[in-house]
Amino acid sequence: MKKFLKLFFYIFFLIPFLPQVYAAEKVEYLTTDWSFKGLFGKFDRSALQRGYHVYTEVCSSCHSMKYLSYRNLAQEGGPEFTEAEAKAIAASFEVTDGPNSDGEMFTRPGKLSDKFVMPYENVKAAQAANGGAYPPDMSVLVKARGGGVDYIYSLLQGYEDPPPGVTLDDGVYYNKYMYGNKIKMSNQLSDGLIEYSDGTKATVEQMSKDVTTFLMWAAEPHLESRHKMGFKAIVYLIILTILVYFSMKRIWSRIETKV
Amino acid sequence: MSDHEYTPKSSFGKWFNDRLPLLTLANHLTDYPTPKNLNYWWTFGGILTFCLVTQIVTGLVLAMHYIAHADMAFDSVEHIMRDVNYGWLIRYIHANGASMFFLAVYIHIFRSLFYGSYKAPREIIWIIGIIIYLLMMAAAFMGYVLPWGQMSFWGATVITNLFSAIPLVGEGIVTWLWGGYSVDNPTLTRFFTLHYLIPFLILGLVVLHIWALHVPGNNNPIGIDVKKPSKDTVPFHPYIVIKDAFALLMFMIVFAFFVFYTPNILGHADNYIEANPLVTPAHIVPEWYLLPFYAILRSVPDKLMGVIAMLSAIFILAALPWLDTSKIRSAVFRPLYRQFYWILVADVLILGYVGAMPAEGLYLLIARVATAYYFLHFLVILPILGYKERTLPVPLSITEPVLGGSSNLAAARDDSRLEKLK
Repeated sequence: MKKFLKLFFYIFFLIPFLPQVYAAEKVEYLTTDWSFKGLFGKFDRSALQRGYHVYTEVCSSCHSMKYLSYRNLAQEGGPEFTEAEAKAIAASFEVTDGPNSDGEMFTRPGKLSDKFVMPYENVKAAQAANGGAYPPDMSVLVKARGGGVDYIYSLLQGYEDPPPGVTLDDGVYYNKYMYGNKIKMSNQLSDGLIEYSDGTKATVEQMSKDVTTFLMWAAEPHLESRHKMGFKAIVYLIILTILVYFSMKRIWSRIETKV
Repeated sequence: MSDHEYTPKSSFGKWFNDRLPLLTLANHLTDYPTPKNLNYWWTFGGILTFCLVTQIVTGLVLAMHYIAHADMAFDSVEHIMRDVNYGWLIRYIHANGASMFFLAVYIHIFRSLFYGSYKAPREIIWIIGIIIYLLMMAAAFMGYVLPWGQMSFWGATVITNLFSAIPLVGEGIVTWLWGGYSVDNPTLTRFFTLHYLIPFLILGLVVLHIWALHVPGNNNPIGIDVKKPSKDTVPFHPYIVIKDAFALLMFMIVFAFFVFYTPNILGHADNYIEANPLVTPAHIVPEWYLLPFYAILRSVPDKLMGVIAMLSAIFILAALPWLDTSKIRSAVFRPLYRQFYWILVADVLILGYVGAMPAEGLYLLIARVATAYYFLHFLVILPILGYKERTLPVPLSITEPVLGGSSNLAAARDDSRLEKLK
């Protein structure tokens, strides 16, 4: 019994160290008080709305988000724009539809059911417009990078002048958090770049935090219900385990062996 | 297999049972005499059955929504994560379930190694177990390919390329496995088919595994033969059922923690990047449960010899009942084997660690030493130990460990050592 409990706790204590086994080289990333971490972690609604604002104004001109639809913006656990707001957002985009009865493609204002409009027709067009580098789709970007949200948050604030001895080609920039320090995306954020409708001051740090929160939600749209359900499931399992433990003690008390 | 004849009470039951003795089977399973000193390491058999059923059930639901096509697989997984009702839950259970399955199977295997459960008369149970383990690895590997992320694609490329080490026909075999000249859509569809098939093969083998177990009955922590039924045994139901249920619930708490709070920690971030044949990831690493074998593979400079070493590391286990020459089963009464056992555990953990690291410099050296020791343990230490080791006196029964034969009453009465195992 004791050994079994010990094993149980060892497994728990090992969990935080697991990612380090995978991470071959260690970089210290910037971090902040992410509201969605922890057992009860939830998204900060206004951060998500501001983050969407940063995405549309800044990122979306190069980065697609092909797995998101405009209806997601009004969905529970997301930025939770009202349905009217989400409809208005969708309608502000031109969507190519068709073919119509004449066999022609046509454009119409976006609807809730439409996917986020892509900035480029295809990967080749995206590469051609960006010096050969493809701006990655951002739907699951946070989960596709080893450092997760901290990595994205750091990268956005990691632009620096190259240290002496490092020469950069045209269209290549120095970023201290980028793998190999060379990045083809120029610094996109500057203080006061956009104006938040809720009056929050748009500092680089604030925008980085907001847009990263938005990207986390985009990658894990069901994070809130996962946390809620997880808490219930684990409490339920613990209570059941205790009940079964005492039943077991009772049943085994009929014979002399300890259990 | 029951030692006594069973007659159902109702006349319908009797009529049915004469034609298909399912009730006799049920009676056998509930009455099945089990050693009463089994500790919690013995609960992992039940836990593994739970894992297999969980994987099959979640896998069936996933297969209803998944599309096995190189252009659509990644999208369909995201569709499951976003738009299928509770799709995220089912996928995370399935993905983490594979890791939990392996965690449980490694505990199960190492329990067997400690208590000598593989020895006569249980060799067939052991060998079936090894085949199940091999099939599990195949299923897990192919399952990892299905999301069609970068690690899926490049993992599949690396592992299938191992077959090219076979002289003369190697290249042909690889092309045949791929269904083309690189990992592509034909590879994906056949992997999906096999990934769907293998769990049912495992299920059949599990039935054989349990059947073979019910012939001699369970081994136990002191590794002696027990009379069945006797004072040394308890009926499977309710004693073992409730104990297995308790252990399973503890296991499920860990499982739930992974699924709900750190669902991606055991996976690799690169697998959220869609497969791209033109971009190779910086480090190609398999899932954690295959790392020790990956380390053995990479520790040998020659490709063919590496593959042979890796396969031997698994197949050597099948020969274990004959490599271990000791007549005593349980490590409790084998002071030297006990030490070598823990060295082996450490050795395998080290192999797992270096398997995740780049194969260069110090890591490579450690991997080579650990690989050499792994084989040394099975091929040299175990056969010799059986002859050289001075074992402790073994009790005659579980309830009365000191009656009769034992020449060393004090040692046999020393319950504290047995207590520690509980």
